[in-house]
Amino acid sequence: MRAAALGLLVLCAALSSAQAQRLSGFDFMSPATQALQKDDAQNPGFLWLKDGQQRFDSSCQRCHTAASLRGVAARYPAMDSLLGKPVTLSARINLCQTRHVKGKPLAPESEALLGLETYVAHQSRGQPVQPPVDPRLAPFVQQGRKLYDHRIGQLDFSCAQCHDQQAGRRLAGSTIPQAHPTGYPLYRLEWQGVGSLQRRLRHCMSGVRAQPYAFASDELTALELYLMQRAAGMPIETPAVRP
Amino acid sequence: MSTLRVIVTAPTSARVGEVVEIRALAQHPMETGYRRSSEGEILQRDLLRRVECRFEGELVFAADLHAAIAANPYLAFHLKLPRSGTLTITWAGDRGVAHSESVRITAT
Repeated sequence: MRAAALGLLVLCAALSSAQAQRLSGFDFMSPATQALQKDDAQNPGFLWLKDGQQRFDSSCQRCHTAASLRGVAARYPAMDSLLGKPVTLSARINLCQTRHVKGKPLAPESEALLGLETYVAHQSRGQPVQPPVDPRLAPFVQQGRKLYDHRIGQLDFSCAQCHDQQAGRRLAGSTIPQAHPTGYPLYRLEWQGVGSLQRRLRHCMSGVRAQPYAFASDELTALELYLMQRAAGMPIETPAVRP
Repeated sequence: MSTLRVIVTAPTSARVGEVVEIRALAQHPMETGYRRSSEGEILQRDLLRRVECRFEGELVFAADLHAAIAANPYLAFHLKLPRSGTLTITWAGDRGVAHSESVRITAT
């Protein structure tokens, strides 16, 4: 009994130390920016969330309820059987828009799409990222992993070189985070607005002077898929705030 | 005249004489008028200029906003609640922006 309890304690300690090695971007921020994220009345991401809620209430409630969306964002990107490839949460919202609402797809980074995605993702706030167990995803995760490790651009950097090997150190004035995309869409002080993970990825790519992949491209989807697998178990923070 | 998306956080009830915190967040670009676009054209100034808060018509808080205040300005202030009443916050600025939001606070 005692040995079992001790074993459990050791296991917990081991687990928590493994968890301690993985940090959200939140943990690298200044206390002031952390306070901005923690207080819902101050967090500007809630303005986009409010917009998304109004859009959701007017056009999505015939099929969905807020409660039915709980945990959904934690499982995306996920396989779409009709397309035979993984889709991100924003792509899923657009598929819903074209297949069921019979409307036009929303433009990437448009206020409407960001609002809806923020609202849907927010329903999973606090829930651990839980990538779907789907063998069909394996080749796409592999592709994402390859993109993550592959050097690109004039500066010849891969994602891994900064976010795995140099995480926690500084790039000019900013701390390099571990690239766990748990808070998207999020409010970035630099953008003075809410943006998607793909915007962030494209920003990184032009930062190393590479040609960024297009929004909603298979490459960015694969990268997003790999990053979410990498962040499995970490809590969703949407809408997060980042510097 | 265009409206804004705002979030006002205030208690719905408090004791008479209690100091309550009112917080107001507004979605606005706060364009300074000094920046240029990637094409080199000056981005026209677009600022919120004035925020006023009235309790039953009486001015209790006001702020003049200028360039160099970040986008989506957030203001928080305290108010000693004299009695039950309606608090109205108004935002006004360039391009004919005018918006007001009211909250009812019941004094017990």
